[in-house]
Amino acid sequence: MSKNIGMFGASGSGDTSGFGGLVRSAANFGSSERPYGSYFDEVADELERAYPEFSDAIEKVIVDRGELTLHVKREKLFETAMKLRDTQSLRFEVCLGVNGVHYPEDKDRELHAVYPLLSMTHNRRIRLEVSVPDSDPHLPSLVEVWAGNNWHEREAWDMFGIIFDGHPGLTRILMPDDWPGHPQRKDYPLGGIPIEYKGATVPAPSERRSYR
Amino acid sequence: MTLHDAYASASETTEGRVYSVTGGDWDSLVTEIGQTKEERVVVNMGPQHPSTHGVLRLVLELEGETITEARAGIGYLHTGIEKNTEYRTWTQGVTFVTRMDYLAPIFNETAYCLGVEKLLGITNDIPERASQIRVLMMELNRISSHMVALGTGALELGALSPMIFAFREREKVLDVFEMVSGLRMNMAYVRPGGVAQDLPKGAVAKIRETVKELRHNFKDNEKLLVGNTIWMMRTKGIGYLDLAGCTTLGITGPVLRSAGMPWDLRKTDPYCGYENYEFDVITTDTCDVYGRFLIRMQELEQSLRIIEQACDKLDKSEGQPVMVADKKIAWPSQLSVGSDGMGNSLEHIREIMGTSMESLIHHFKLVTEGFRVPAGQVYAAVESPRGETGVHLVSDGGTRPYRVHFREPSFNNLQATSAMAEGGMIADVIGAVASIDPVMGGVDR
Repeated sequence: MSKNIGMFGASGSGDTSGFGGLVRSAANFGSSERPYGSYFDEVADELERAYPEFSDAIEKVIVDRGELTLHVKREKLFETAMKLRDTQSLRFEVCLGVNGVHYPEDKDRELHAVYPLLSMTHNRRIRLEVSVPDSDPHLPSLVEVWAGNNWHEREAWDMFGIIFDGHPGLTRILMPDDWPGHPQRKDYPLGGIPIEYKGATVPAPSERRSYR
Repeated sequence: MTLHDAYASASETTEGRVYSVTGGDWDSLVTEIGQTKEERVVVNMGPQHPSTHGVLRLVLELEGETITEARAGIGYLHTGIEKNTEYRTWTQGVTFVTRMDYLAPIFNETAYCLGVEKLLGITNDIPERASQIRVLMMELNRISSHMVALGTGALELGALSPMIFAFREREKVLDVFEMVSGLRMNMAYVRPGGVAQDLPKGAVAKIRETVKELRHNFKDNEKLLVGNTIWMMRTKGIGYLDLAGCTTLGITGPVLRSAGMPWDLRKTDPYCGYENYEFDVITTDTCDVYGRFLIRMQELEQSLRIIEQACDKLDKSEGQPVMVADKKIAWPSQLSVGSDGMGNSLEHIREIMGTSMESLIHHFKLVTEGFRVPAGQVYAAVESPRGETGVHLVSDGGTRPYRVHFREPSFNNLQATSAMAEGGMIADVIGAVASIDPVMGGVDR
């Protein structure tokens, strides 16, 4: 995974002793095998039944720490979302937003969008994850499926530069309208922009003096 | 008559004539607008407006006094907290996230810590007493937050006295926070693995006393507002949003419960041992501002019930640990108040500085570098006063978060402004927004 840039915080692991003995093994990111456990098998079964193209749409299924993540192909995201919302036995009627994550080292899958879904009817939670390449960051908008995704998608565009096709008004939401860049991306430094104030420009903190 | 104020003169733009108002020129403004043929007026309410609950900007399109379109402009309080956490250890993250929704800091902290604990796989190792303290603090925080919601909500609709009473009660809760954590707001008290320090001596007795006082004093506001004709005329049938609207907009919290849905994560998906407490989920079926107001009023009593039960449990768990036993995660020392303020306890300083080199190394490593969190992602959620505060955490296996995202209920629920306000009167938009109870620190993060 990539390193943060900018002047703040420690670089590297932050291990100042050189000992670094607190290493834990990383989780396995391969696709999980059935049975998934909990209600996850049922969700997967029901989705397969309701959505014949399931095997084509779902890239992989990951069960980790008691949570189910469905990695969906972006072309099939909209259909999958509709099925998840409308199928009686699934009924994921609430989407808790979209969260972008930037993995610059994950080639051609740099930008991920993560949708936590909630079914109030069945009291279940799952997560959809979609990845898009940085060079073509287009995703179908899910505002038509869940209207509440409107602002969340604007935030993901603002912070990561993911373009949601079909969004009713994809504009910046937290940053000023004329802001250059997408601040939450890993290649965007923390505190790395010059400050303009009353006509004068003060260089970015990281440019002012070398602390390292 | 035309305006001659150098700072607030009218000017022509491509969209139409723009009027700036500074406050003392209403008469001339009304005269001038009356002379134009334009029926449609666009009013910018906020971001510096006393009734917009902080730096919220509402763009209202009016025909007469009826709102035809309402849009909310946010971002004025964006502080980049999520980005900042990526540059600090997992423990330091608490100090950042507590500042998001500044009226509900304990909820931000708890949601974040539950997420970190889930990533670490230590959810079941959190000591009971730590969970009890978390529940106690969360419910106290719910009261202080609801007090601001009720007080400012009433104030914005022109009722001044409820605000005085509400802030009087809130002070009492903040006093408890100060006694327990040393801070009245932004406590960074809940930490991954437990809480920063145990309750001080006599805290439970003091809290019991406070509960008694609060229960008595809540009646003041109840008498002022519940059933008050003027209050009901300003709130009944206002800001209507039914269940279908709530679900598609992802609305949670009191707004959802005002549509009759008994959805409360404390019941449906218990965390921190909420399944061991007796309380009711309050709902109304009016879908309006008055219903949301009633829900908040009654949730105060439910919170008091939970606090009392938590006090009983805390009496029994006296002396038990409040931090996870795993020394590779637990903060090495308990905090205590010394002559120079709050800091590491004196015994701990003596140990690391005087007797044990290994303790010093351990302390230094854990405090400067922090613990490693296995790679993966989790979503953890708590029922905050405003709805579901969810946190999505991604770890790359390092000592700092790879990504921290807060699903803020204020951010999400504020989207309902348009649905609630359009078609209504301009005066009612204030009530509608107040009933959502957005906290801009949480909205903008």
